[in-house]
Amino acid sequence: MTDTTTQTPDNRMTGAEIVLKALKDNGVEHIFGYPGGAVLPIYDEIFQQDDIKHILVRHEQGAGHAAEGYARSTGKVGVMLVTSGPGATNAVTPLQDALMDSIPLVCISGQVPTTLIGSDAFQECDTVGITRPCTKHNWLVKDVNQLAGVIHEAFRIAQSGRPGPVVVDVPKDIQFATGTYTPKPEVVANVSYRPKLDGDIRAIEAAIELMASARRPVFYTGGGVVNSGPEASRLLRELVELTGFPITSTLMGLGAYPASGANWLGMLGMHGSYEANMAMHDCDVMVCIGARFDDRITGRLNAFSPNSRKIHVDIDPSSINKNVHVDIPVIGDVGSVLNDMVRLWRALPHKPAKSQTEEWWSNVNRWRARKSFSYKNSNDVIMPQYALERLNALSKGRKTFITTEVGQHQMWAAQFMEFEEPNRWMTSGGLGTMGYGLPAAIGVQVAHPDALVIDVAGDASIQMCIQEMSCAIQHELPVKIFILNNQYMGMVRQWQQLLHGNRLSNSYTEAMPDFVKLAEAYGAVGLYCDDPRELDDKIEEMIAVKKPVIFDCRVANLANCFPMIPSGKAHNEMLLPDEATDEAVATAIDAKGRQLV
Amino acid sequence: MNAHQQPTGSAYFITPETAKAESHTLSVLVSNEPGVLARVIGLFSGRGYNIESLTVSETEHEAHLSRITIVTRGTPTVLEQIKAQLERIVPVHRVVDLTVRARDLGQERPIEREVALIKVVGTGDNRAETLRLADAFQAKVVDATIEHFILEITGKSSKIDQFVAVMKPLGLVEVCRTGIAAMNRGPQGM
Repeated sequence: MTDTTTQTPDNRMTGAEIVLKALKDNGVEHIFGYPGGAVLPIYDEIFQQDDIKHILVRHEQGAGHAAEGYARSTGKVGVMLVTSGPGATNAVTPLQDALMDSIPLVCISGQVPTTLIGSDAFQECDTVGITRPCTKHNWLVKDVNQLAGVIHEAFRIAQSGRPGPVVVDVPKDIQFATGTYTPKPEVVANVSYRPKLDGDIRAIEAAIELMASARRPVFYTGGGVVNSGPEASRLLRELVELTGFPITSTLMGLGAYPASGANWLGMLGMHGSYEANMAMHDCDVMVCIGARFDDRITGRLNAFSPNSRKIHVDIDPSSINKNVHVDIPVIGDVGSVLNDMVRLWRALPHKPAKSQTEEWWSNVNRWRARKSFSYKNSNDVIMPQYALERLNALSKGRKTFITTEVGQHQMWAAQFMEFEEPNRWMTSGGLGTMGYGLPAAIGVQVAHPDALVIDVAGDASIQMCIQEMSCAIQHELPVKIFILNNQYMGMVRQWQQLLHGNRLSNSYTEAMPDFVKLAEAYGAVGLYCDDPRELDDKIEEMIAVKKPVIFDCRVANLANCFPMIPSGKAHNEMLLPDEATDEAVATAIDAKGRQLV
Repeated sequence: MNAHQQPTGSAYFITPETAKAESHTLSVLVSNEPGVLARVIGLFSGRGYNIESLTVSETEHEAHLSRITIVTRGTPTVLEQIKAQLERIVPVHRVVDLTVRARDLGQERPIEREVALIKVVGTGDNRAETLRLADAFQAKVVDATIEHFILEITGKSSKIDQFVAVMKPLGLVEVCRTGIAAMNRGPQGM
């Protein structure tokens, strides 16, 4: 060591060093990124350390979805690193995806030097301007001495309250400049952002009182339970057990209550189960926990659960009364509120008798008997539902994580894959991003190297981020891509059949690649199956391979995803598979509904 | 199931709005940092809310706080949503719906004032008439030559609208208005 360095205090360092130190101090072990001119100093620091592992993706969108998969499967903050200009604009899709699904994400982006900002410099874009509406908050750091503080605050904001994505834009001259590293503060200085965690106890008491009086109750839970952490899921299970109420969940909340649980109704919403949607429609008390009354859930709003009184537990006050008026709002963290609810229910002097909900349960069981996920199986072709049933059966009993792309396969996966634990299911719910599944699977596999990680994909979606195969090979991540290949953009085709006279405009995937050869070209394993009798063996082969696999599962081309609440209809107007004749499908949506999705 | 029932809405819920829209004045206390105004107005444009008037200035220099006054229009549900969405913005400290607060305090409206600068060019009788009207409206002359006056007027928006209207035939050439500054009556602070 030279004299000058020994004289330099420990907390003096370059901006690039500050970035790495701040990431380490926030517990980061993996970052997903792609280098470029404006982040070279940070990449130089990455090269000179071993604590943080960098996963090189092949497109910045992949970095974002991988970080999302990492975050959702661990409960930690996902971190992505991108360069200026196109690097930042490519990050926009995963940022918006994370915003809509409340995923904690920190995106560090490079920026042109401060002296060049505003000059239309090479690879310059207004990153904070572009990402302002698709982040929870963002910063352009113009002073190296503020860099550490901003990164600490970025992590706090990303993971507290309703989680979400944040962007820290760091100009190149700030990465080179020397400044002071400030440690993570113990007391937060920012007074304007302080999310409320504990629910108002009087509101919770009122909620418990209403629940105790219910004759036709239902729990409607969502991604907020998963986001709140494993303790929230445990408390939810306890509360369901105590109350004996039936429970349904949104797409984002699957796994918080186990699919094998006695009170489970399956997912609700547009492609949810008949029993879940009927229970929502006919209930007298709805207990919404960590869900947001999304339009795919409610169906026609003015016919949504017309006779119920509604309790809504959410950490985000803007979710309350946004789409649906609720009677008892409780603002707070799901885990904290559930804890109070369990305690207060236990303390009830007179617990409701079992007979109070007996009739309701007999209705529920009658709806269950309709078996709304049933389908007509075939000996000649693989039905997509059958493929997922087998995949579910053969991947059970292991540490399995499922990611999906977006479309029919996603809905079938939600219907047929059974989740017993939270954080095992990653899908793009709010934004509906095709191309999410493969990079998300990569992120999950990075966090859980020994787990079985399967991306349930469609033949169209998988081609949106297929380049990440190269990333999986490079980092030896044995993700399994299970493609339900029907040679169509299946959900688009289904809507065209429903809405547009079966004119299949641009929804047929012509010039389909040979997925087996494609897998081999990347250095992965390709499998092909079009025979239901061979399916089990092939799935077992896929699971056994310790390398990335692309499984080209050829399924019935024209299968539709049922049950379905058609556009413009209410929960009790579902189209069930056994009623879905060609004529019923053709007339399911009237002229008014047709103008809207 | 009940597919014979004719639907009136859609999966995208373009249900007709039956509630009546009202105009409210919001006070938003924000950290005075770069981009904060863009966050606030971006929220309004992004979510399709209206801005009828917008005023912003630093009010507490040491604490780096600015106060934004927004007049917006919407149904009670939308107004509640606007307030909740504003509160979600990280550098927003407080949002007060002054119109709701005034009602809670048993008052009709908050105090709302606007300043305008008005340039009038003319000769002869018009000049005398301009000054007579300015006097009636309690507007001050802040600049003048033998060809023009610049008048400064403070008051409710409706008063300024009226003043602008009467100045039009007298040679009005330019108007600049600040937008509304507002505050609730009574001793309590925001």
